[in-house]
Amino acid sequence: MKSVVKQEVLALNGDEAVAYAAKQSDVDVVAAYPITPQTIIVERFSEYVANGEVETQFVCTESEHSALTACLAASVTGARAFTASASAGLALMHEMLFVTSGCRAPVVMAIANRALSAPLNIHGDHSDTMAQRDSGWIQIYVENAQEAYDSVIQAFKIAENPEVLLPAIVGLDGFTLSHTLENVHVLPDDVVRKFIGVRQFITVINHEGKAVPFRLDPENPTTMGPIALPNYYFEFKRQQEEAMRNALKVISQVNDEYAEISGRKYGDGLLEPYHIGDAEIGIVCLGSTAGTVKSVVDELRAKGVKAGLLRMRTFRPFPVKGVVEALENVKAIAVMDRSMSFGGNGGPVFQEVRNALYDSQKRPQIVNYIYGLGGRDTNPTQIHGIFKDLQRIIEKGRVENLVNFVGLRE
Amino acid sequence: MEMFTEWKFTAKDIAEKPDLFLSGHRACAGCGPATVLRLIMKAIRGPTILTNATGCMEVVSSIYPYTSWALPWLHTAFENAAANASGIEAAIKILKKKGRIKYEHVDVIALAGDGGTYDIGIQALSGAVERGHDFLFVLYDNEAYMNTGIQRSGGTPLGASTTTSPAGTVIPGKLEHKKPIADIMVAHEMPYVATASPYYWRDLITKVRRGLEVDGPAFLHVFAPCPRGWRSDQAKSIELSRLAVETCVFPLWEAINGEYQLSTPSKVLALSPEKKKPVKEYLQVQGRFRHLFTPKYAKMLEEIQRIIDERWQRLLKKCGITQPAAKKE
Repeated sequence: MKSVVKQEVLALNGDEAVAYAAKQSDVDVVAAYPITPQTIIVERFSEYVANGEVETQFVCTESEHSALTACLAASVTGARAFTASASAGLALMHEMLFVTSGCRAPVVMAIANRALSAPLNIHGDHSDTMAQRDSGWIQIYVENAQEAYDSVIQAFKIAENPEVLLPAIVGLDGFTLSHTLENVHVLPDDVVRKFIGVRQFITVINHEGKAVPFRLDPENPTTMGPIALPNYYFEFKRQQEEAMRNALKVISQVNDEYAEISGRKYGDGLLEPYHIGDAEIGIVCLGSTAGTVKSVVDELRAKGVKAGLLRMRTFRPFPVKGVVEALENVKAIAVMDRSMSFGGNGGPVFQEVRNALYDSQKRPQIVNYIYGLGGRDTNPTQIHGIFKDLQRIIEKGRVENLVNFVGLRE
Repeated sequence: MEMFTEWKFTAKDIAEKPDLFLSGHRACAGCGPATVLRLIMKAIRGPTILTNATGCMEVVSSIYPYTSWALPWLHTAFENAAANASGIEAAIKILKKKGRIKYEHVDVIALAGDGGTYDIGIQALSGAVERGHDFLFVLYDNEAYMNTGIQRSGGTPLGASTTTSPAGTVIPGKLEHKKPIADIMVAHEMPYVATASPYYWRDLITKVRRGLEVDGPAFLHVFAPCPRGWRSDQAKSIELSRLAVETCVFPLWEAINGEYQLSTPSKVLALSPEKKKPVKEYLQVQGRFRHLFTPKYAKMLEEIQRIIDERWQRLLKKCGITQPAAKKE
């Protein structure tokens, strides 16, 4: 069924695209706190509230910790809740990220990815969300403002799916995406509303043995966020892992359903391959850098070099199967990490991609590049350099430096 | 003129009202906070959602798969009971507007101990009150971090021995004063602030109801003895909660739109100062103050009496009361 809707084109930066998507998503509660480079999201949303363009309770909390808390509490009360943050703000939320996923509250949060202090730096990298890797949130990284818009809408539908019921982060690179104006195709309001639908609630058995909706409801009391001792805690965590597995499927489904109305599709929703199928040398990366890599791939392909890209759109849940299928026939792979795992064996994306390939019979050569920390620019020349390195690795048949730094003064 | 609905009730009415904080919880024998919660629940007037900060009461009441809560109840973390309440209240407002819930009104109550209020919870509390959310915040004050094993908090009184302010050979327990938390809340210019003590159960229940009725944020500071932490007799928790009022250690008052007024049990003492008991009577029945009754730390005992008197005089001034006999005790 092809029924792509006619869409308006708006000039929006990444933050504005996120705010616009949230506006169309019939969000009940937004609780937020300002932080660069996220602030434009809540500023725009405040304007929608001030002008009566949304039916949303906007709560300007006194901290990010309270912002996420209020979203979580609103969510378990039955509201659709949204917030946005970055860097130190996300770090301050750390405790509540685990509580939100543990309470199975489908809160959606946009993160304008930014470096962490010290030294203080307001510019883009992935340190903030990578540090929250194990907090039980779905993590989607976008390449441009259009995808930021599309992904926020999709995130509500994914998070609220009864098979999932997990909170979701949509990460957009600070400044590179958050503050850069692009043409963004937007769907009509009613189409977005219909696509996401009204929030539905699963049924649980409460302490009285009564089947009740999974929300705080005076007529159907439930105890939410209890203490679970060693005899039950583990099962709660296992269920969260199950939900993450389910999310792999749901993210792909939602990506397909969204393509039907919008005409836009991001790979299978988890991974976006770009000339990776027959590639000999390939790069894996997240976020806006993929745009730069794509243009370099185009240049190399024009010269007959078999270069490719695998853009990881979904980092949590990690699409192991897709990664192996896409990469095992590539001879040499460079994984680009825009964050560091200090003292670790490479950056977080590298560790996981390499881990996934362990079981492959083919075990391609694989190397890690840490890049762009604190907003340092990553240009096409550097990407060309990485592809050249990969060619050398193929020639030599081995990786000399497992972890490398791009564009760094040494 | 009448800000609150008149509500007359007898002890029988209260006893017959079904419990919403159910038995079977794991609180210690003689637990003040557990009694306080049971009384608070007697003031519930309609659809209500509760949220609880991490602490003794959260832990003893919600051990999965059991619960003591016959009402919808949410716990998320330690420092954020007021932020929970903000989110619940915001959700209720908008869901009602959109016709997605049927309740005309839902009362929201946040419960927290002294740690979750004076210390780690004060930021979220201050923020939620400043934003004007319509909720009642109940502080059950047992004057230390009891859940983790009796560590001093901003609500621990001067001279009390706790596991992090132990009475030693050179230090006589906690050296700092109890933070005047209820006054700090009054300074937020919120519509309703009150103090209560479970011995005066009628006063307590009435104040909970008032806190629910008021439009906007309300704060109730409830005295809640902890026999484990205070090293007091399990059978004397209610007696202690009477002594605290009679010695003016914990005066009962309300501040309605910032106007202070003494509640009857304390007003009696203001009008008949001879009825005011010396603080010593309250301190000597608690092991946490035992060291103050040794000659070495006797000075501290005087200091505590002086501070309690000073605070009492300041309160009387705020209430516009000039004592008939301005005799020094």
